[in-house]
Amino acid sequence: MTPLVEMQNICLRFGGNQALDNVSVNLYPGEVVGLLGHNGAGKSTLIKVLSGAYQADSGQIRVDGREVQIRSPQDAQALGIETIYQNLALADNLDAVANVFLGRERVRGIRLDEDFMELEARKTLDRLRVKIPSLRVPVAQMSGGQRQTVAIGRALYFKARCLIMDEPTAALGPEETAKVGELIKALKAEGVGIFLISHDLHDVFDLADRITVMKNGRVVGTVYTQDVSHDDVLGMIIGGVMPKGVRPAQTPLPRG
Amino acid sequence: MQMQSVSKERASLVGSLGVDGRVLTMLVVLAVVWTAFQILTLGQPGQFLSPQNLWNLSVQTAVVGIMVGGMVLVIVARQIDLSVGSILGFTGMIMALIQTVPPLGWGGHWLLALGAGLLLGALIGAFQGYWVAYWGVPAFVVTLAGLLIFRNATFIVASGRTIGPLDDNFKVLGGGLNGSIGEFWTWVVGLVVIAYIVYQAFSNRSRRLKNGLPVRPVWAEGVVNGFLILLTLAFVWVMNAFPYPGTNIPRGMPVPVLITLIVLFSLNWIALNTRFGRYVFAIGGNPEAALLAGINVRRMLVVVFALMGFLAALAGAVQAARLNFVTNSMGNLLELDVIAAAVIGGTALAGGSGTIVGAALGALLMSSLHSGMVLMGLPTEWQNVVLGLVLLAAVIWNSVYLRSRR
Repeated sequence: MTPLVEMQNICLRFGGNQALDNVSVNLYPGEVVGLLGHNGAGKSTLIKVLSGAYQADSGQIRVDGREVQIRSPQDAQALGIETIYQNLALADNLDAVANVFLGRERVRGIRLDEDFMELEARKTLDRLRVKIPSLRVPVAQMSGGQRQTVAIGRALYFKARCLIMDEPTAALGPEETAKVGELIKALKAEGVGIFLISHDLHDVFDLADRITVMKNGRVVGTVYTQDVSHDDVLGMIIGGVMPKGVRPAQTPLPRG
Repeated sequence: MQMQSVSKERASLVGSLGVDGRVLTMLVVLAVVWTAFQILTLGQPGQFLSPQNLWNLSVQTAVVGIMVGGMVLVIVARQIDLSVGSILGFTGMIMALIQTVPPLGWGGHWLLALGAGLLLGALIGAFQGYWVAYWGVPAFVVTLAGLLIFRNATFIVASGRTIGPLDDNFKVLGGGLNGSIGEFWTWVVGLVVIAYIVYQAFSNRSRRLKNGLPVRPVWAEGVVNGFLILLTLAFVWVMNAFPYPGTNIPRGMPVPVLITLIVLFSLNWIALNTRFGRYVFAIGGNPEAALLAGINVRRMLVVVFALMGFLAALAGAVQAARLNFVTNSMGNLLELDVIAAAVIGGTALAGGSGTIVGAALGALLMSSLHSGMVLMGLPTEWQNVVLGLVLLAAVIWNSVYLRSRR
């Protein structure tokens, strides 16, 4: 099986700081790879390279086995790579419909096709099964979970094949966190590959098939979630060493 | 308990009208101010609500009205433009110079003067926008520099002289003796507007119903559209109730007022119905999100400033045509009136929030206060104190309103 996304030997330097040092990760269709590490370990920088916000100094990115250049968020989106940022990247003053379609509005002539967008947004958000009473109020008036749903709906509508989720549950209550968890499982079942960045070990153990740990801009290692304990992973995050006797996980877990 | 449920019900009734709360507030305030001035000027020959005064009021609102919609977009995009009064003066002076007969002017055609002036305004705006968008220089500083440069460039190009008289055709823009469209065409404009209101109401409603989308209750459609139609009829009536001196031939709508209405209608449509409008609001709401969504934020900002410059030049043409002679102080401090009108009309200086309609009503409120106080014989210094207080009250009310919607 070809990986959906493969990042190989990615290096990126900010001034004197080696933010990414020969980082290699991959993601297969229908799996969740958790990216873990302290603040400043390089996980957010890595996903910004993949989402087109930053450009690597060296290294390759392959999508479906083909080498690609990602120079802007639009390049990434054209490849089916959608990012849900930690700060949600929603325009708070606009309504849910406008946010789902922001930058990719449907027009007739020069006029925005509001009806089309409202119907499509409604369909997409209904799929996510989070109740949003009105799509026509500014998202500033919505709860954290509803806003997260809008952000995910945005990625979903534009047929994301690879979804990057940066701390998707950080701003949510327990009930809404559970909803997002269900959502991730549903997306997996549809064959979407997901990079999940989180501080919350419980979330990652619940949802991820594989875990990649980073420290100081390097990959400590990638393991199968079922092979390791919380302590093993903490050891990787803090100590930067692979647990003894655990197999490396460069391909998805063989089924069954 | 009882009280609360009643007020809640009333809030939802108002809410189902589907009209922006700040626009409703402005309408109520305007009605109160107009009524108050009418009562205060009852004993005088020139009452506030006389057709003559309202006709003059409409002309006096035109110059600020032309610019205020552009200023709303500028402020919504988290920017400011302090140079509009100076751009108005400078482009007005250039237009005067081009069309005035030598040796004072250059003896060109008035259409050339108008075209060149409008283009110049747009270029000046784009130039300022370039520094803001691509170099990250704060708009406050760039346009403050623009204010100084173009105010004094106005003096330099005319060597300090007053330039005029202007071409008779050009002067039509100012709404002087030949500057109205007459009774017949005023009715035509009014009926076109009414037909548009009716068509919009029906086509929108039936399309949304067909698509299974929520619509306003029928009574709300009736109230809002009925109000708009009555307003249009009243406007046409007032414009046609003021005759030329010594005759009973109605003047009809002044050309500058027609220009203002076209500008405001177009800007409002653009703001609500196009990608450009959507992006201006997105940039104001969250510039980072706009960038990540692939919006070309820099180019949008240049366009917004160019549009503002164009509108300042258009207002300059109207002002010059109205005065017949252009002095080098024309439009001095007008930027403050424009910004004040936008803010009184509910535009939030923090960006991301504002309506063209509200700002247009803000401009009307300011010129109403001005006109009413002049009728009452209030000294200028007191007029400005009152305007300042109104501005302050508007900003406070606006921030209360925005907080209540969080």
